[in-house]
Amino acid sequence: MGERILVGTRKGTFVIERGAAGAFSTRLAGHAGQGVNYVVRDPSSDTLWAALGHGHWGAKLSRSEDGGATWRDASQIRYPEDARYLAPPMPDESGDAPGGTTLKDATLLKLWVIAFGAPGEVHVGTIPGGLFSSRDGGESFELCRALWDHESRGGDVSKGAGDATTHWFGTPASEGEFAPGIHSIVVDPRDSKRILIAISTAGVLESTDGGASWRSRTKGMINDYLPDPTAEWGHDPHYVTICRGNADHVWQQNHAGVFYSDDGAATWRHVSKPDVGVKFGFPVAVDDVDGKTAWLVPGKADMQRTTIDGALFVARTSDGGQSWEQLRSGLPQTHAYDVVYRHALDNQGDCLAFGSTTGNLYVSVDRGDSWTCVESNLPPIYSVRFA
Amino acid sequence: MAHVQLTRHLFTFFPQLEGRAIEVEATTVAEVIAELEKLAPGIAFYLCDERGRLRMHVNVFVGEERVTDRKTLSDPVGPDAKVFVFQALSGG
Repeated sequence: MGERILVGTRKGTFVIERGAAGAFSTRLAGHAGQGVNYVVRDPSSDTLWAALGHGHWGAKLSRSEDGGATWRDASQIRYPEDARYLAPPMPDESGDAPGGTTLKDATLLKLWVIAFGAPGEVHVGTIPGGLFSSRDGGESFELCRALWDHESRGGDVSKGAGDATTHWFGTPASEGEFAPGIHSIVVDPRDSKRILIAISTAGVLESTDGGASWRSRTKGMINDYLPDPTAEWGHDPHYVTICRGNADHVWQQNHAGVFYSDDGAATWRHVSKPDVGVKFGFPVAVDDVDGKTAWLVPGKADMQRTTIDGALFVARTSDGGQSWEQLRSGLPQTHAYDVVYRHALDNQGDCLAFGSTTGNLYVSVDRGDSWTCVESNLPPIYSVRFA
Repeated sequence: MAHVQLTRHLFTFFPQLEGRAIEVEATTVAEVIAELEKLAPGIAFYLCDERGRLRMHVNVFVGEERVTDRKTLSDPVGPDAKVFVFQALSGG
């Protein structure tokens, strides 16, 4: 059993611990009353990092060097003065750039995900679509210009849009605006210069040179909301993750279905099984060793985004998505409308944990065969990570 | 000297400012925030975004008047003015 689970919620950071006797204990570990989009531990330094979304005071990075007993503001992420982007126009804006977009000065709207590479490397995904990286343990962060100025986004528009057009769209998770967001950052355990990111709504991109250059990794992905379902850009991956023990195995829960790759995201296979409820959802977890084994928490289509028929289940495959089991033992099967966000499912060894927007936290110690509801009255849960 | 009163919400993040009279030399709202930043490093980024604009859900008043220039914070601040920094009532 993982000893600690970090839980980010709409109203603070919680730590769940399992004692020697197997009993779970919960404590409010910080940020009381604040929105916590993501909490995670840097395995190389033991530092805990939290991505906060203050309702009034903006997005802030917070860190703890003592396991969550105390927190302090980290070095803050700021968009450079010349960082601009083409955004879909708001209703009161003219949209005077090509394609009806608006050239906007970038400001930090949301800190969405944090990931770690080689010791000292910290990567942060943000809205409006900037990847920020630190090489000094988080003392300073720099915008990844190669991604920010990517040709799919219109190139460098810092001095004006010209005839540039963007193939990136936006996400409603943008704190009042409509802008693209990086919610998934996967660093290859074998080579920290190989990084996969996923963006709502653009697609999946890969760098093999530590962020100096990027290419799309959307071959095989399909969408059901654009004229061309196989377009290179405009996809809506909800979350992308890899098998830590075999990083060629990559999984994706997408708005339009579930996708699996066994060649490092070079090509994707659509492995949805709607007849067993596997299609729509947000999170996905992959076994640490066996890249063909993955877990999802499906929801009922994008129009509803609730459980299917009011019953909560976890779906598991052990054959790369050819077949799926529905795991329901210990999970509510009536009047349950839990929604599980993209960062709110995690696994470690045989243990899994997930949390829902209705404040329920479920843990399994047997690979999902059975579940225990550890907490049922937490604030809406945004993030669940083993520490 | 301008007399600054902060919403108590900010004392959660900047406890060094709680319970003290905050008086700063400033002739504009921008200068008030620059002086606050000297007293409590980091507070300017709580009140303004990286462009120096007041955040959407932050209100600043000089006397009883809400400031009008939220982009460059050029509203004048008189020698004995009271400057209030509030959170806008926009939460849930």
